[in-house]
Amino acid sequence: MAKRDGTSLPPELKQAEEPSELLRELVAHLRQNRTQLREEWVVRITETRLLTAMTKEEIFAEATSVYDSYVEALETEAFEALQAYARNLSERIIPRGVETHEVVGIVLLLRDVLARSLFAKYQNDFKKLNRILDAYEPAANRIANTVAVGFVQERERVIRQQQEAIRELSTPVLQVRERLLILPIIGVIDPQRARQLTEQLLRGIRTNRAKVVVIDITGVAAMDLTVANNLVQTVEASRLLGATVIVTGLSPEIAQTLVTIGVDLGKMNTVGDLQGGIEQAERLLGYKVEKLAEPR
Amino acid sequence: MEVPILKQGAFLIATFQAALSDADLNQLRMGLVQQVVKLRSRAVIVDVTAMDVMDSFASRTLREIAHMIRLRGAETVIVGIQPEVAFAMVQLGLTLEGVATALDLEEGLAYLNEKFKTTN
Repeated sequence: MAKRDGTSLPPELKQAEEPSELLRELVAHLRQNRTQLREEWVVRITETRLLTAMTKEEIFAEATSVYDSYVEALETEAFEALQAYARNLSERIIPRGVETHEVVGIVLLLRDVLARSLFAKYQNDFKKLNRILDAYEPAANRIANTVAVGFVQERERVIRQQQEAIRELSTPVLQVRERLLILPIIGVIDPQRARQLTEQLLRGIRTNRAKVVVIDITGVAAMDLTVANNLVQTVEASRLLGATVIVTGLSPEIAQTLVTIGVDLGKMNTVGDLQGGIEQAERLLGYKVEKLAEPR
Repeated sequence: MEVPILKQGAFLIATFQAALSDADLNQLRMGLVQQVVKLRSRAVIVDVTAMDVMDSFASRTLREIAHMIRLRGAETVIVGIQPEVAFAMVQLGLTLEGVATALDLEEGLAYLNEKFKTTN
């Protein structure tokens, strides 16, 4: 190889390869030694006690597909495909109880195992080793990053889905008499849940033709100003549908919050406990409850 | 747009259509009160079931209608507000305060019958 001005290049540059050529060489090496490297990786995984939720056969099966995807990503630099693979893999292993640190851990272990094999292969050519690592390291880091992010995104998606399911299950609108609904609220109300509660209640009022609704918040520890306002709005919206709302079970803290935001208590019908609320509701609806005999 | 106003005994029933312009609402306000006077009605039921949005002008007009009709000694009941509309309204602070409301026409009539039974 000669420079354009006619002098020749220093010896160390004479054998310089293109980065893509290096990458191809690297990928070829990883494919040739696939069985051995994969085995080594699985051993390291077991040694470090990762993926304890999975059996040895399962780990081996997943390791095979991860290894192949890893090498393919190195070769093609198609990181979107890798991300899709990572999410897909996550979808399978998250229900098995695999955690983020395990996924990041095994990908980094694979990176180390492959790096070590490169050290071994090019141990006699330090400069070439450096060039190979120049090609390998950024790609390997990007792969680790992509897989970790894919896993975390999938986890977040699952959590959101579960939260949605919990929200729906935990806001039952119950009819206990003709024209009387009870909405027992338990737990933490965030603005999103508060909104869902209101929508569910209003639909319930229309469907059941309710004239009185008892909203019991005994099970709610605290309420921020946004949610307290939402409660007021729920009462007002219910009235627009011709229903009266009785709120029961206000804790001292929540009573304080309502007073702080300046809720016009004349607008809100409140009773101490659920029993009192139901009794008042019955009165409003024209029921009289009479005891006919002692319980047996 | 013409809003049908039906007579039901001592009551009037006005059924609002879906897309009422501000001009329509203004016309309605006068028209309803005139009918109350002419027919000596004791109450008006305004049915807004068909309205899928209620803006602040419509809301204010309804309150004004109720107020003007009360000055004639008659009662107004707004019926048929949809759940989604009710939610949107209260978020904008449009609560129709001081105006009677009921779930639908049937409930509105029941409310009025009950009310006039006790005041007679």
